[in-house]
Amino acid sequence: MRPVFRKLGAVLSIALLLVLTGCSSEQYFVLDPKGPIASAQKDLILITVLICTVIAIPVFIITAVIVWRYRDRPNRKASYTPEWEHSTKLELTWWGIPIIAIIILAVVTVNYTYKLEPSYAIQSDKEPIEIQVTSLDWKWLFTYPEQGIATINYVQMPVDTPVRFKLTSDMAMNSFWIPSLGGQLYTMSGMAMTLHLLADEEGVYYGSGANFTGEHFAQMTFDTNVTSQEEFDAWVDEVKATATALTEEDVQKLKEQGTHEVAQYSSFPENVFYDIMMQYVEDGEEGAHAHHATTSEDAEGSDHSEHQHH
Amino acid sequence: MLETIKEFASEFFVTGDPLILGAQVSIALAMVAIVFVLTYFKKWRWLWTDWLTTVDHKKIGIMYIICAILMLFRGGVDALLMRVQLAAPELEFLHADHYNAIFTTHGVIMILFMAMPLMFGLFNIIVPLQLGARDVAFPFLNSFSFWMFFVGAMLFNLSFVIGGSPDAGWLAYPPLSERTGSPGVGQDFYIWGIQLSGVGSLASGINFVVTILKMRAPGMKLMKMPMFSWSVLASSVTIMFAFPILTVTLFLLFLDRYLGAHFFTVDAGGNPMMYLNLIWMWGHPEVYIVVLPAFGIFSEVVATFSKKKIFGYKSMVFALMSISFFSFFTWAHHFFTMGSGANVNAFFAVTTMIIAIPTGVKVFNWLFTMYRGKLSFPTPMMWAIAFIPCFVVGGMTGVMLSVAPADFQFHNSYFLIAHFHQVLIGGVVFGYFAGLYYWWPKMFGFKLHEGLGKWAFWFWNIGFYVCFMPQYALGLMGMTRRFNEYNFDMGWQPLNVVSTIGAFLMGIAFLFQVWQIAHSIRFLKKDTSGDNWGQGRTLEWSIPSPAPFYNFARTPKVVAQDDWWEKQQRRERGEADPAEVIAADTAPLEPIHMPKNSGIPIIMSGFWFVAGFGFVWDWKWMIVLGLAGVIVTMLARSFNFNDDYYVPVEEIERIEAAAARGAN
Repeated sequence: MRPVFRKLGAVLSIALLLVLTGCSSEQYFVLDPKGPIASAQKDLILITVLICTVIAIPVFIITAVIVWRYRDRPNRKASYTPEWEHSTKLELTWWGIPIIAIIILAVVTVNYTYKLEPSYAIQSDKEPIEIQVTSLDWKWLFTYPEQGIATINYVQMPVDTPVRFKLTSDMAMNSFWIPSLGGQLYTMSGMAMTLHLLADEEGVYYGSGANFTGEHFAQMTFDTNVTSQEEFDAWVDEVKATATALTEEDVQKLKEQGTHEVAQYSSFPENVFYDIMMQYVEDGEEGAHAHHATTSEDAEGSDHSEHQHH
Repeated sequence: MLETIKEFASEFFVTGDPLILGAQVSIALAMVAIVFVLTYFKKWRWLWTDWLTTVDHKKIGIMYIICAILMLFRGGVDALLMRVQLAAPELEFLHADHYNAIFTTHGVIMILFMAMPLMFGLFNIIVPLQLGARDVAFPFLNSFSFWMFFVGAMLFNLSFVIGGSPDAGWLAYPPLSERTGSPGVGQDFYIWGIQLSGVGSLASGINFVVTILKMRAPGMKLMKMPMFSWSVLASSVTIMFAFPILTVTLFLLFLDRYLGAHFFTVDAGGNPMMYLNLIWMWGHPEVYIVVLPAFGIFSEVVATFSKKKIFGYKSMVFALMSISFFSFFTWAHHFFTMGSGANVNAFFAVTTMIIAIPTGVKVFNWLFTMYRGKLSFPTPMMWAIAFIPCFVVGGMTGVMLSVAPADFQFHNSYFLIAHFHQVLIGGVVFGYFAGLYYWWPKMFGFKLHEGLGKWAFWFWNIGFYVCFMPQYALGLMGMTRRFNEYNFDMGWQPLNVVSTIGAFLMGIAFLFQVWQIAHSIRFLKKDTSGDNWGQGRTLEWSIPSPAPFYNFARTPKVVAQDDWWEKQQRRERGEADPAEVIAADTAPLEPIHMPKNSGIPIIMSGFWFVAGFGFVWDWKWMIVLGLAGVIVTMLARSFNFNDDYYVPVEEIERIEAAAARGAN
């Protein structure tokens, strides 16, 4: 009976490989980075895979050899030592190997953790632009404070320019994720998180809300359109000229639960991002995260738990 | 009047979904059928005196395992429904609401109402037998633990047909799980279902720590204790420190929802981030709570079927305890993306990686237990060997996730889903299956059919890889967990179809196991010899299968780590046992002190159920009734001094003689 299973297993695994390789690499957003952050994260992933494989492959081989060689059968030649239960040398070896591997990985990880801290600005000769991101049930509101325009479920940004995403949430916690450009960060009500990203290639990239926020959270996907600076400027002008304004009433409507089409607005109520962020802070209170709201340069603003103590 | 009833019923029962209606009808029919069968065969008294009121650890263990298998079925059906929904883009099989409820209940049920009871079932049946004890330290508490688990699980499952299931995710992050985000009663069922069963889990944890520390047979030093019992100690200590955190966290969430407190709300100074920290301070240790006993099982199974001592016993013990310790310092790796900053992330990344070290050492020790052994491959051993590559890959992807900056890309994606299913299925489920197959003859006195077991094994294994390997890829393709649908142009469909096929292969595997059990009962081959595998190593194999209710007629005297195996070796070599062993084995029988059965645990838990149900619906009279019942039963217990008895020597002789006859 067993050979049948083995053949079945082989056929299935080949089929699996075919399916995996059959998909184009472009669809593997995480492995096809379009910016320095995603690129560094991909490098890190590959380093980890390498370190793990160096240990895992020998383990697989040892497992297979041992299971095969020491199976019980008549007249076998392999030795049998039922009382052998300890060898300091061997045990030191396999305490040692993972310890060394983990030390290497830990050094790399800690290094990258500081390098890729999302609130740190990205080195660039261009001034970063700011895009404020608000997650609502179940749509994304993007406001461009410098350009004075707003969009829903659609981001446009210039290529090779660092973007400082300011993230907040109207209610439930979501997570803002554009895998082609870099890792995600939670959006939480009552505070503004900072995520720096940069796209070094033009294109349209997939974005989504990665943290569950209720019924129609799966509809919170959006396109990130990375264009040249000129196209970006032209787009801003066009939105200003042709789109309608986002009014206070519109914002109230957006806060109601429901999905939303892609939309663009020529202007938005001043401070709408910070109003949503601070909506739960009662008058006269300083607010748990007030400091965060005023922090524009975030080199030291990485640890928001710090800001809760004031 | 009729209108009021109608209105109430439409709110009380879940209506309008054909799937749920089908479930409601079948639940009602099944209940009628059970009542009919019990009445027809006059089995009510038997059920009450032999099972529902028992304090026998072996029977309690069997009840745990039956519940776990039923819950595995329900959680598995949930999984299959989800996989069907995801097999095609924009499929209209499940409405978003329903899908959200299903993944929430799938997670809660699989962890808390499947893995936990399966684990406690094995603890209960095996630990006292391995220690040479007559029962656990607190048999009454043990029964109470089981019934609290049971009513908690029932309360949680009831939400499926009454009131509506919770749908805020298996860990119910606020503010989504607050009244504002989840106004329905589903979330209250969640809180009270878990809360009640959590009390049972905590009590069980304490019970097993005390049992292991105080009830070992004379001569069994801690460092001579079987590996499974060590793993139970590691797991139970972790329970003792972790479960109170869960209880308090859910209690605070309850206060938020019920009394309008503001611990985790977004307004009035509440802080949802606090909940994330607290719930994962329990949640992370929880995964080690369920996986450590699996490690213990592998140690037993691998040593037994290699006919060889476990390699590196001291290393193994040290590894178990250090995993248990470090498991409390890794919780924040579940939310590296919360923006805690580089310092915090770096710390938790490193502590998480550290856990890989003792875990890796254990793998090497298992391998070298097999090295120079004499390996045979009955089903328990097959599960143990299949576990090794599966768990190594799961561990590797775990290390990948622990690399904080890389986790920003993995977090909440299907990569994460694939990882934790790989360690939970490849580690926990494979481990518990190995344990179930291994100790099945000890529990019931017959072995399970090997051929069908091997079919189940291969379907499970192939199904597992077909289901979850594509999910790693889907994660890298940006597919987020908990999506109930996706677009055509994402290119996610082919891999999702493969994954769904894999899930159904595992479903078929489960059917094989059901068939295997039915077949083995139908063509029962009784095997009541104590050492069913012929090469057992520890004390549980020294007594008849199934064990008599008092376990050991004479308390054994332990002289070696693998005491039973060593004894057999001495027999083979024609050596005499040491004098103290002979003295213990030939001592005259004495009356055995045993605890009496009690109906109080099930009645008290029943009142807790009433109180919990009252809290869910905020029916004050019901809360008062339930809590009053709890207090009365507690008083009844406190003033009941007639809770033990002695088994007379004649009865022990009779039972032992019958067992000896059966063995020949």
